[in-house]
Amino acid sequence: MNAEKVTKYILTFAAIIIVVIAGGMAFSLFGGAVPAFKEFGIKFIFSSEWNPTEGRESYGALPFIAGTLITSMLALIICFPLAFSTSLFLGEYFKGKKIAGILGTLVDLLAGIPSIVYGLWGFYVLKPLFVNIGINEHGLGIFTASLVLAIMIIPYATSLSNEIISMVPDELKEAAYSLGATRREVITTIVMPTASSGVIASYVLSLGRALGETMAVTMLIGNANIIPKGLFGMGNTMASVIANQFGEADGLKLSSLIAIGLLLFLITALVNFLGKLIMKRIY
Amino acid sequence: MQVSISHKKLDLRRVLKDRIFYIGVIVLSGITVLPLILILYKLVREGISQINFDFFTRVAPNTLEAMVAVANNETIPGGIANGIVGTLLMVALASLMAVPVGVLTGVYLSENPESRFAGTVRTIADILQGVPSIVLGVIAYMWVVRHITNGYSALAGSTSLSIMMLPLIIRSTEETLKMIPETYKEAAFALGVPYHKVLFKVLIPSGLSGLLTGILLAVSRIIGETAPLMLTALGSSRINLNIAQPTSAVPLLIWEFYNDPNMVKLIWSSSLFLMGFVLFFNILAKRISKRWKI
Amino acid sequence: MNDAIIQINSPLLTIERLSIAYEPGKYAVQDVNAGIKKNSITAIMGPSGCGKSTLLRAINRMHELYPNTEVVGKIFLDNENIFEISAIELRRKIGMVFQRPNPFPTMSIYDNVIAGYKLNGKKLKRSVKDEIVEKSLKEVALWEEVKDALFKRGTFLSGGQQQRLCVARALAYKPEIILMDEPTSALDPIATTKIEDLLVELKKDYTIILVTHNMSQAARISDYSMFMYLGELIEYGKTKNIFSNPVDKRTEAYLTGKFG
Repeated sequence: MNAEKVTKYILTFAAIIIVVIAGGMAFSLFGGAVPAFKEFGIKFIFSSEWNPTEGRESYGALPFIAGTLITSMLALIICFPLAFSTSLFLGEYFKGKKIAGILGTLVDLLAGIPSIVYGLWGFYVLKPLFVNIGINEHGLGIFTASLVLAIMIIPYATSLSNEIISMVPDELKEAAYSLGATRREVITTIVMPTASSGVIASYVLSLGRALGETMAVTMLIGNANIIPKGLFGMGNTMASVIANQFGEADGLKLSSLIAIGLLLFLITALVNFLGKLIMKRIY
Repeated sequence: MQVSISHKKLDLRRVLKDRIFYIGVIVLSGITVLPLILILYKLVREGISQINFDFFTRVAPNTLEAMVAVANNETIPGGIANGIVGTLLMVALASLMAVPVGVLTGVYLSENPESRFAGTVRTIADILQGVPSIVLGVIAYMWVVRHITNGYSALAGSTSLSIMMLPLIIRSTEETLKMIPETYKEAAFALGVPYHKVLFKVLIPSGLSGLLTGILLAVSRIIGETAPLMLTALGSSRINLNIAQPTSAVPLLIWEFYNDPNMVKLIWSSSLFLMGFVLFFNILAKRISKRWKI
Repeated sequence: MNDAIIQINSPLLTIERLSIAYEPGKYAVQDVNAGIKKNSITAIMGPSGCGKSTLLRAINRMHELYPNTEVVGKIFLDNENIFEISAIELRRKIGMVFQRPNPFPTMSIYDNVIAGYKLNGKKLKRSVKDEIVEKSLKEVALWEEVKDALFKRGTFLSGGQQQRLCVARALAYKPEIILMDEPTSALDPIATTKIEDLLVELKKDYTIILVTHNMSQAARISDYSMFMYLGELIEYGKTKNIFSNPVDKRTEAYLTGKFG
């Protein structure tokens, strides 16, 4: 065998490893989740009972699925006006200017803060603040978690939609200006419709990010294994129940946690796949 | 069909709306970076007093030591040396596993841009990038903690981190190599240089800064990871260099301090250090990519 | 006065001592004085980088989209200095057609034609809109070709059709002047001829200022021609005079293909 062939085999082999890792992950998660699904069937997804008492063990993922979806969607809603404004600042109003460079760097720094530090800040700064202004008595819960989650996904959403917005051709904007449009009108009637699918994809991908965030949410959501009662109620997410209970779990409970991991894996994979699909259609 | 020319009032409203929108964009952009400033302020204000020589050289104190110090109004003794060593160990190990596979896969993708299998691999890398880190923790637990080291270990921690690094390295490698002009390759082939030498002596060296940037950014991404390590490396009160043993890491220590009322004072200094660590790699990566643009 | 520059009697638009700099001290247009005759086609020619596009874009203040541009001098339209009225008002009076056809890709053909009204926040009755669309598309001889596809996106049209749609979009708001920045440079010869015929037709109702670096185009359709070189207006006169008997040596050199 010659060296060229060997090189090609090595490269292909590396690529195969990636496929094997991904396949192995799916296989292990499915395998680990089997006992839970055997015991509870499809009810596992729709039951909201989480009872580890020996002999009466019963696990359902609904509170965590609900908690995950609610916090992530709420985070996305809070994130949108901020991230969208920032991407207009960077990609439209101050494109190529020094001030945009500075703001861009600051937003990048926001992305560099570890999740656990966000959690600490939320716990020691936001929580007492919320208690003081009387939002709720303990300061923790869905809203606190979502707010911090929103801050965490802003840099991601901003940099993605900034790229898309910068790609809108100047020719189109000039045509609109030449017809007498103001800048806001150019943004709302030309830039936004032209960039819409890309911007939507950016937020779908950011949602994928939010779904899997663990530490900050774990520290702020209150860790109550119930379907959240309202915006300021406590709850739990799929990621944080795993983080909280995995260490002491075995048997059916461990399998249930792995099953939740599998569901989380599937949900995030689906959301990310959707996001990339929309993104690819534009390029 | 003459359209009335009484535009003045309408125009005024439009210009006003335009101004308000502009101000709104600026104000909201300002609010976006406000948390960064508040967080950095909090970290520096509360954390700086604990950072001293001991902080880097001694292991974390136990609860009793911390309690006594707090009661006597002294600085808490000890540091985070066990965490720093653990983080460095696991990051090095994770890079050792992820860099060769990631770079080679990236090369494969850039060499076979059209092939069907490459498309599949690219999609899989995209999906891997979206997998929540806690799920990677579960995976490394099932693979390594259960079957390889038979207990929590640095190896298990690094495994979860390396799977996180892989898609980032693959992506940056592929993108860097795509930017290298085809003529470099053609020139080398024209001289009769064999394929593997073109790859390892021409392509990869010319893209080295890009590869390095990608690797460093991936490192800065995993340094702050806590969740997967909770399920895999667990933590340790000693400095540990055995990859088959439970190991601490800076974020794990922060988690421990957070859960221990006596040690709460240490969370800010440790977070400040962690932030600095992440930033260091981040800035290093950007410096390299600026210095050696292809 | 310089006999290479013609004086226009009772001009619609007057450019007075106009200079434009993209960075301090670097002038792209220097001290231009010219009047524009109503209901005529005025062509601006010159080698690339001579400032012809810059001059054209200043007439509806498009340069203001790019900060740091410095403009000295005045331009009068209907005895009003255009720099003293609002840009949006000015741009309704002076429409523009660009080098490459740029219909709005997210709008239908119909919406593209009335985009000026939409963008200006003017709410019109359906019947009025229909009338404007039909009239404008007829003016650019596109009506017969697209009347059955009005609510489709304009992107399926050929380049020439797209450019005529862009002309219709500029006409719909009834501007006094239409600025054209090399409107045929991205088109094939047949489409170019159609646009040229259209311009000759349109000058009955509009005043057209056309930047071109196609000399024969200027010779074919324009009534007046300007020749610019290195930011200066070198020569301005009736097209047939300039082409048959240029005053300035540089104009002659350009027209005989010595540079440009």
